[in-house]
Amino acid sequence: MNTRGLRSQLKDSVPVTGLCPQAGPYGVQDSLRRGFSSVKNELLPSHPLELSEKNFQLNQDKMNFNTLRNIQGLHAPLKLQMEYRAARQIQRLPFLPSSNLALDTLRGSDDTIGFEDILNDPIQSEMMGDPHIMTEYKLGIL
Amino acid sequence: MATVSVCQYHRGGFSFENCKRNALLEADINKLGLSSPAARKTGTTICGLVYKDGVVLGADTRATEGMVVADKNCSKIHYISPNVYCCGAGTAADTEMTTQIISSNLELHSLSTGRPPRVATANRMLKQMLFRYQGYIGAALVLGGVDCNGPHLYSIYPHGSTDKLPYVTMGSGSLAAMAVFEDRYRPNMEEEEAKRLVRDAIAAGIFNDLGSGSNIDLCVITKGKVDYLRPHDMANKKGVREEKIYGHPVTGNYRYKHGTTGVLTKTVTPLNLEVVEESVQTMDTS
Repeated sequence: MNTRGLRSQLKDSVPVTGLCPQAGPYGVQDSLRRGFSSVKNELLPSHPLELSEKNFQLNQDKMNFNTLRNIQGLHAPLKLQMEYRAARQIQRLPFLPSSNLALDTLRGSDDTIGFEDILNDPIQSEMMGDPHIMTEYKLGIL
Repeated sequence: MATVSVCQYHRGGFSFENCKRNALLEADINKLGLSSPAARKTGTTICGLVYKDGVVLGADTRATEGMVVADKNCSKIHYISPNVYCCGAGTAADTEMTTQIISSNLELHSLSTGRPPRVATANRMLKQMLFRYQGYIGAALVLGGVDCNGPHLYSIYPHGSTDKLPYVTMGSGSLAAMAVFEDRYRPNMEEEEAKRLVRDAIAAGIFNDLGSGSNIDLCVITKGKVDYLRPHDMANKKGVREEKIYGHPVTGNYRYKHGTTGVLTKTVTPLNLEVVEESVQTMDTS
């Protein structure tokens, strides 16, 4: 974990999207897809760690890219981000779980183990999204 | 349910879905005057010290759940790598899972570097993980081991701060154990003396703290060898009354031996009785 990059992050930290209601196509709460909304649910996190955990990976990446930029120049994070984007596109169908092996290798998390590998493993999740709806959503038909 | 999964990317790790529900349940239960079940803690005495050739770690073996002893002989000294062991106090599940995760990470790291792992690496991994979770993972650890730079001993607190010291104690019995250490610790002790000192420190915790009890486990780590002594000493055996405490015999038995009371004088007075009347009554045996 990169702890030296923290100072470089002070000015431009990742905006916390948090729990704000994500607007549907017409700018209102998308009740069909996201369920009922409640003001308290959106404003307050249910646990103090919820927000920081949600954005942990993003913040780590941002910090690492900043350090890399300071050490090696702008080209290094640019090239890496391009590779990340390419690796992220290698997925299966929308409703099938993907191992994200290429992305893990790039990030270096293929030889570390953490709570995200032990608890709530997406591969062992008991629920599956409805294949038709998910593919239509991905294609933008729905 | 399917409609919700369309938009949320399912990721692993901690899920906070039930937190609001739990808070509501907790409030309701408290209104009725009851209390929700407590997590199993180890309420412990753990300690470690650095001696001449290595590190000695000690721990008691009681796990409590509220006011009840949940496990009379649990093992609190966890394996991290062949040359690094870690004692854990706090919430039992947290210490168990944290030490297992760090053990796996350290193994992967050492395979990747091709060198035996160092204690400082384990310390750094533990403190970064505990800080990430801001103390919600209740694991207070004593990490000790011997690597290429010699023997090292660290204490790690649940919020992620660490101390590198020659002798450390943690847990609810830490004050009792630290008192013993502060009195008798010297640098560069021999192995037997170090083991005796750790045993006495844990015994002080066991006898003076309600959260610690049962046996004393020791783990002696030196350059090429690890001695995991479980149990090293059974301070309280269940069902056996103590015969001696600190050398004074304790009897629960009040039959005194012959000769306990000394005899000073002895006087025998025969009584002369005369026969006044003699009669025979026959028994009815029909």
